[in-house]
Amino acid sequence: MASGKTLTISVMDPPYESATTTTVLRVMDAALRKGHNVNVFAYEGAVALPLRTQVPHPNPIKGTTAEEQHHPITSAFISALFEAAAASGAKLDWVNCGMCVDERGATEWVDGVRRGGPGDFAKFAQESTNTVVIGTR
Amino acid sequence: MAKYLSIVERAYHGTLEEQDDTILWISHMVKKAGPDVTVLLRANAVNYAVAGQDASGLTFGKAALSVPPTLDRDVEELIKAGVAVCVVREDLADRGIESGELVGGVTPIGRREVAGLFDQNDQVWHW
Amino acid sequence: MVFDADEGLEEAPRPTRDPAQFATLAQDLAGAGNQVTFFLVQNGVLASRKGAKADALRSLTGTRGMTVLADEFSLRERGIWRDKLADGVETAGIDQLVDLLITDGCKAVWH
Repeated sequence: MASGKTLTISVMDPPYESATTTTVLRVMDAALRKGHNVNVFAYEGAVALPLRTQVPHPNPIKGTTAEEQHHPITSAFISALFEAAAASGAKLDWVNCGMCVDERGATEWVDGVRRGGPGDFAKFAQESTNTVVIGTR
Repeated sequence: MAKYLSIVERAYHGTLEEQDDTILWISHMVKKAGPDVTVLLRANAVNYAVAGQDASGLTFGKAALSVPPTLDRDVEELIKAGVAVCVVREDLADRGIESGELVGGVTPIGRREVAGLFDQNDQVWHW
Repeated sequence: MVFDADEGLEEAPRPTRDPAQFATLAQDLAGAGNQVTFFLVQNGVLASRKGAKADALRSLTGTRGMTVLADEFSLRERGIWRDKLADGVETAGIDQLVDLLITDGCKAVWH
């Protein structure tokens, strides 16, 4: 059941480079489970998190096939979080910063992600219960 | 045969999503290709040698991170593959890690001995 | 509410993201009468191991108005079990973090 509260998160790190992106996904999961709305402003490298073109791969060091290795796909996690939002009655709004998308050619996203810009971030911040900004090292 | 020193200092950056440390991984791959590789863990990366790490159980909605990293075992596998894995003693102490907590086969060295490792190898890769 | 995801241990000044200065800021906020939660996550939990050289963190535990929490998952991921936790640091789950974040009037600062 929706709580009526909204958390906005701004994230900059690309997938597979930082512990921060996994922490963001964990926070989103917990917030949505509790029925809180979540806004994500994906800035700079973070626009790659929901790329639908990500594919898993095997691990030659561990001798595993792609199926056995079950390599994490961040866009699959994000899709699962959109489903979780729908199930709990909360809203997940994921905005990829448009110019960051353009300069990276990161244009193919999973369903639910939309293109936006700093104006969306400003609106998110104004309308949320709280906003947490996570910069990059 | 070429001898490479691979130094890992940054730790746990993307290790959950990659299921391993990408530098330990590539060091292992290079070893498989033939050269002699030594891995030096320093700063926070000394924690990779701590036995009993458990990164299991993460889920995002109905999606699970079902194969978590096992960095301590990866260090053991490197050693089994013939890679010398050294850890800086002072960096362990700074983090309150006692020698009894480490996986077997790791070689603690003093901070002042690192220069000697540089001399012993043809190339130094400081990631 | 302040997060420390950073390395958290190096005492020497650094050009960016100096953890000692961040800890001082947290103390100043508490000293000004605010309720401050210092939440350690990711590599920030390395400072919470008993015996770690982490004067900046030690100065926070026991500060009036300050609660120091360490993310249970980040601790487990790094093999830091409860008996290895420094005095004054409590463990917390991600749900508790979200409860803190969603509190009206909370200002969340990530370091």
